[in-house]
Amino acid sequence: MNGYRRDPEGTHPAYLTPEYRSTRLRAPDRPLIVLPHGLSEITGPVYGHERMGRLDHDLTRQHAGEPLGERITVSGRVLDGDGRPVRRALVEIWQCNAAGRYAHRVDRHPAPLDPNFTGAGRCLTDDDGRYRFVTIKPGAYPWGNHENAWRPAHIHFSLFGSAFATRLVTQMYFPGDPLFAYDPIFQSVRDPGARDRLVAAFDLERTEPEWALGYRWDIVLRGRDATPTED
Amino acid sequence: MPGSTPSQTVGPFFAFGLPFEGGERLVERDGIWIAGAVYDGAGEPVNDALVELWQANRAGRYDHPEDTREELPLEDGFVGFGRCATDEQGAFGFYTVKPGATAPHAPHINVIVLARGLLRHLFTRIYFPDEEAANAGDPLLSSIEDEAVRETLIARADGGGLRFDIHLQGERQTAFLDV
Repeated sequence: MNGYRRDPEGTHPAYLTPEYRSTRLRAPDRPLIVLPHGLSEITGPVYGHERMGRLDHDLTRQHAGEPLGERITVSGRVLDGDGRPVRRALVEIWQCNAAGRYAHRVDRHPAPLDPNFTGAGRCLTDDDGRYRFVTIKPGAYPWGNHENAWRPAHIHFSLFGSAFATRLVTQMYFPGDPLFAYDPIFQSVRDPGARDRLVAAFDLERTEPEWALGYRWDIVLRGRDATPTED
Repeated sequence: MPGSTPSQTVGPFFAFGLPFEGGERLVERDGIWIAGAVYDGAGEPVNDALVELWQANRAGRYDHPEDTREELPLEDGFVGFGRCATDEQGAFGFYTVKPGATAPHAPHINVIVLARGLLRHLFTRIYFPDEEAANAGDPLLSSIEDEAVRETLIARADGGGLRFDIHLQGERQTAFLDV
């Protein structure tokens, strides 16, 4: 069987990134044990369309009224490291509202909650690896990591791809955000080229007249090894 | 070839997005409880972690197209995936079955840990204390020379169930895997 390739150094953040304070007591300090891929790693949960609600991808239609904020679509493709579509992959997202407040009991940011916005959605990719969400643009918010710390606007993404080994939890950012330079979570990705892959592109083609701005963001999961593993 | 999208932390606010109803119950009946807690490097409970399981069924078969061992039965309704957020005490628990062995691997459950402060998720495994012979022949367990480190991967009997604690950092750190 063939395992999955390891990503080049600098693609993912180091566990210990002291500028992001929460890593200091949570980053493992012993080296990880390299595990050759076997069945346990090349398999993973598979989802079916029967478990998706019709409006799960539309975060603006989960309540009686429409949420406040700038209506946007976020769409793109989920690809593997060889550029092939990852089909029928579960994509889960969650985000704060337009004012920068999460619908979560521990979020103490003194910004208003929106009774018409929860901020969670999910969808499955189609046969070309395409996904699409309708939502509102999340706000920036303060987070207490350091003096005057603000997170750039972002949407959290969670994917499995086709295997437990390709699991990816990440954040999508918006182009040109002035907070990038000050955000230790964004900056934890040391390779600038890799960091750019966290930023969506504004897309006039996908912008729907009189209705919503379009953002395009492709997600690339690990590619497959060309040679079989020893397992 | 396109480069991979980098990982970012799950953050503290996933509770309304990722956990789902019944996520901690992989089976309805005839299962065992595997419970534990997540701790940080200061020994404090981590109350905003998310633990995910992926496992084979009782016969050792994964419900996935790449497990082509047709001689091993699939079980109706058993997916093998679980998800549980930790509570105020850092505690999590899953109701599941012990998976069958896939030689040369001893029975094990694959685990992912996500939390605020983890910029990438962590992989580990849960092995079973009543599988001494199989554990002795397991490629991963037998590759770990330090017995104390090896022991962090083996759940211990606790009442009628099993206990599996996860220490993110420090002397008692769980063995995490570079998958």
